[in-house]
Amino acid sequence: MSEHIVPKRVYFLVCGVLLVLTFTTYGVARMDLGRWNVVVALAIAFFKAALVALFFMHVRYSPRRTQLVVVAGIFWLGIMMLLTLSDYLTRGWVDPRA
Amino acid sequence: MAESRSALAGHFQDLEQQREASSLGMWIFLVTEIMFFGGLFLAYTVNRATHPVAFAEASRHLDVALGATNTAVLICSSLTMALAVYASQLGQRKALIGFLITTMALGSVFLIIKGIEYADKFRHHLVPGRAFAFSGPQAKPAELFFSLYFAMTGLHALHMIIGVGVLFLLLVHAWRARYSPEYHTPVEVSGLYWHFVDIVWIFLFPLLYLIDIHR
Repeated sequence: MSEHIVPKRVYFLVCGVLLVLTFTTYGVARMDLGRWNVVVALAIAFFKAALVALFFMHVRYSPRRTQLVVVAGIFWLGIMMLLTLSDYLTRGWVDPRA
Repeated sequence: MAESRSALAGHFQDLEQQREASSLGMWIFLVTEIMFFGGLFLAYTVNRATHPVAFAEASRHLDVALGATNTAVLICSSLTMALAVYASQLGQRKALIGFLITTMALGSVFLIIKGIEYADKFRHHLVPGRAFAFSGPQAKPAELFFSLYFAMTGLHALHMIIGVGVLFLLLVHAWRARYSPEYHTPVEVSGLYWHFVDIVWIFLFPLLYLIDIHR
């Protein structure tokens, strides 16, 4: 029996941080940061998602092979996003008549 | 020992290996879910980049207060789900039942608030289709925003409904004292699913509700 049991206070602490971050992301969204609004909102979302995965979903305490599957999933999502957006977001860079 | 021997399936060496195999299997399913939702997030990103003005205008028709409330409700439900798993690890049956019921209740609150938001969209003719009405030159791309809004939050809500159903099954089994510190894998893997659905909402909330309210 080597199942890792996370102390209760860790769960409460993570939940508290998540709620504070929700409040923060709402506050920051009301400020006009230009194109940085999206960046800040996504950065906070990624941080919150990481907290949920690492502590609530026990990824931090999981075997390496489980962690590898998680990272691979995010990596493949990244490939899909990056390659598709590298097309769509750069279409205006080239003059089609040239 | 008799109990742990019966909990162990024949093709595993020990309970730890069995448990790790189960959560690995659940994670592989969740990776397919990442790609499933990922396609919608990608469609949203591409269309938002193509029609930034219309998407900003349309997204301001969403109720930020309700969206933020729902975010808090889901985060709290993730806490109670984590505590349910904790209770099952220690074999605390009553606590497990209590936390499962709390999680189901919070999940239902989320769905009710979502329902109120949807009803509001129907009332204001913001549901894509024949009745869709949006003043100004941005009506077409705004309709696209609401198509994506309903597709993404609808798929998420469907996952929530399935999640509440799964929790109900766990509740029945917990009531019959089927879980023990040796065997509580269903609680653990259902927890993974529940937290994943929370993570999806953590991205949906800022992308759909927040990023354009400053304009």
